[in-house]
Amino acid sequence: MVKKLMKGNEAIGEAAIAAGVRNYFAYPITPQSEVAEYLTWRLPEVGGTFVQAESEVAVGNMLFGAASTGKRVFTTSSSPGISLMQESLSYMAGAHLPVVLVNIMRGGPGLGGILPSQADYFQSVKGGGHGDYQLIVLAPSSVQEAVDLMILAFELADKYLAPVMIIGDGMIGQMMESVEFPEKYRDESNPDEKDWALTGAKDRKPRIVKSLFLNPEELEINSLTLDKKYREMKKSETRHELYKVTGDTKILITAYGTMARICQTVIDELEEEGISVGLFRPITLFPYPEKELFAEVIKDNIEYILDVEMSTGQMIEDVERIVKGARPIDFYGRTGGIVPSPNEIKDKIREMLKK
Amino acid sequence: MDKQIEVVFAGFGGQGVMTAGQLLAYTAMEEGKQVVWIPSYGPEMRGGTANCTVVVSDDRIGSPIINNPMSACVFNRPSLDKFGSLLRKDGLLLINSSLIDVKSGRDDLTETLIPANDIALKLGNPKVANMVMLAAYVAATDIVSFDTLGGMLDKKMGKKKELLDINHRAFEEGRKLIETIKA
Amino acid sequence: MSNDANIIFERPTAMSDRITHYCPGCTHGVIHRLVAESLDELGLRERTVGVAPVGCSVLAYNYFNCDFMEAAHGRAPALATGFKRTRPDMIVFTYQGDGDLASIGMGEIVHSANRGEKFTTIFVNNAIYGMTGGQMAPTTMPLQKTTTSPSGRNVELTGYPIRMVELLSTLKTPSFIARVGVFSPMHIVQAKKIIKKAFRLQAENKCFTMVEVLSTCPTNWGITPIASTKWVASDMEPYYPLGVFKDYEEGEG
Repeated sequence: MVKKLMKGNEAIGEAAIAAGVRNYFAYPITPQSEVAEYLTWRLPEVGGTFVQAESEVAVGNMLFGAASTGKRVFTTSSSPGISLMQESLSYMAGAHLPVVLVNIMRGGPGLGGILPSQADYFQSVKGGGHGDYQLIVLAPSSVQEAVDLMILAFELADKYLAPVMIIGDGMIGQMMESVEFPEKYRDESNPDEKDWALTGAKDRKPRIVKSLFLNPEELEINSLTLDKKYREMKKSETRHELYKVTGDTKILITAYGTMARICQTVIDELEEEGISVGLFRPITLFPYPEKELFAEVIKDNIEYILDVEMSTGQMIEDVERIVKGARPIDFYGRTGGIVPSPNEIKDKIREMLKK
Repeated sequence: MDKQIEVVFAGFGGQGVMTAGQLLAYTAMEEGKQVVWIPSYGPEMRGGTANCTVVVSDDRIGSPIINNPMSACVFNRPSLDKFGSLLRKDGLLLINSSLIDVKSGRDDLTETLIPANDIALKLGNPKVANMVMLAAYVAATDIVSFDTLGGMLDKKMGKKKELLDINHRAFEEGRKLIETIKA
Repeated sequence: MSNDANIIFERPTAMSDRITHYCPGCTHGVIHRLVAESLDELGLRERTVGVAPVGCSVLAYNYFNCDFMEAAHGRAPALATGFKRTRPDMIVFTYQGDGDLASIGMGEIVHSANRGEKFTTIFVNNAIYGMTGGQMAPTTMPLQKTTTSPSGRNVELTGYPIRMVELLSTLKTPSFIARVGVFSPMHIVQAKKIIKKAFRLQAENKCFTMVEVLSTCPTNWGITPIASTKWVASDMEPYYPLGVFKDYEEGEG
């Protein structure tokens, strides 16, 4: 495999092609516009097309239409644009459509700012559109992982017939790192293989892709079908990573995405001072690695949990839910595009240890 | 080499600071290192201050954001003002003395004056000031070899022979300057 | 009558054998049939995907014998764009009412037309919101009474009815844009010709095609079906003139 130095946004575009995507729909927004700028020349090379839509509302609905063909499709955007796609996310979840969306998060609420943020955890994990649905949510912490999770995202979307969201922050999109792509790219999928795809009612009954069920019994069946998928995901699809969690670890940090990387630096530097801190990094934010986190926190040596986020505290609600009071949980976060520095986090940990 | 090296390239938009940082990152990757290149980004596409950070390491890189980097190449006064004070103790500061007539005022740094624009002008193209500075930084730190750096330049900018030549000469000048200072 | 008498009228293959939920006197059924006949006659049914809107025709997918998608309110042209760009070999049509297309979906239809997306839009204009119970639409006539304009549409406060065909005809991108009526047998025959032409142009991969059909809503207008067709002729047609406004095949229309 050849190593390339690539910007996260461009690597995400290339990863989609590796996953077999030939159709991409998007609207420009900082800090993810490079994906469209990359794919606008790269897709035609592989016989694909990019449509620059009139709005993110349209993008989401173009995805609905495109996914109904049975082919792999995706979009990228940033927080305010993802807000506008919530309508289509709800419809696509309800209609069991496999799509992949990437949110390169920026500061909010409102127009907010354009610098890195993790303030869309609630929106992604707890729903943002209406109705009983969930998205699979994946959180990469490096450009290589963004590529790997893109490829996984399409597989999960196809497996569960559900929308998958990748959330990274502005850093993931903007930074360049060395990255490797699969040697063999996936062939364009053949829509005729899928028994739900709209391919024309030739020698068969018409197929309908919809989220409308006026009969309450039918609607309940659809909701239960969705719920069954989510239960299966919780059983089979959780992913996480531990960093320097040992029998001496007193403080367990919970953090995701690039925030978790910054915490790795904190952990390395504190190790030199003789302070043992470990990291629990969820890679799937939904389904959350609940059992795995609980198993770590109840170990005798763990005294505290410190949740670190680029928000005023969103994932911490899941951590609290899972830990169920078994250990005290503290929080450190910065917002507005200010990335917590290793020094700030170290100060926070030293302060915790004084207690 | 230290386990991890961080350097900031900072200047006006248009001074080629991003390119200099990228070339360093490509070269370090070619030599088998872990690298991260991360830009400042924003609506000020032209004329404002621009900077990028390059992190080079033998191991997996943690934080891509470096609050107190160990070295910086500053191309204009606002960049000196910003990064001069942020550098770690015992850090390395290369100052583009063609455009900056002061130093950081700190006594815990190694500061080297590089008249990058003057050298570039003498070479016949003011745009290669970034390459003079990059070469000076590489010569001062031995972070990568000049062979790999030159090879990467050919690979990334190898379209126009004339432009390539002048970039290579900018490398030589930057390198010579540091060797003279060291000697 | 002999058993081998020639069949001269039957259900188009592109329509399913199902009784519609539409009110007596509504012309959705007629318009559905014109679309289905066109698909049959052009041999397109087996590779056609329809997009149903939100409005009275939300259940249109039950009445057509072809693949269908059900869109969010106003977004049918975005779904059609996504589908057609991904499968340019298929035939795609949206079937939208006036609230869906001219109000909440104004952005999607204008940009789809302007990009020259090669699908067909059937735009059914009956000057009112039917499904939600007779509220004012962007195409409601001046002084027309609705549940949200009980004293009649006040153009001082709500502006004038939007003429979508005229609006879209101003776009430079080549297209086929027409308005037809189905309020008399003669009009139905003419409407069929134009709807069929729209599908033919799509099948030939020529341009964006849209046919606006002036329709009725006896239930929410509060008058009889016969009075409704008369009202279309007397009140709607003068404001919404019929004809082909832009024709790809005749250059700039």
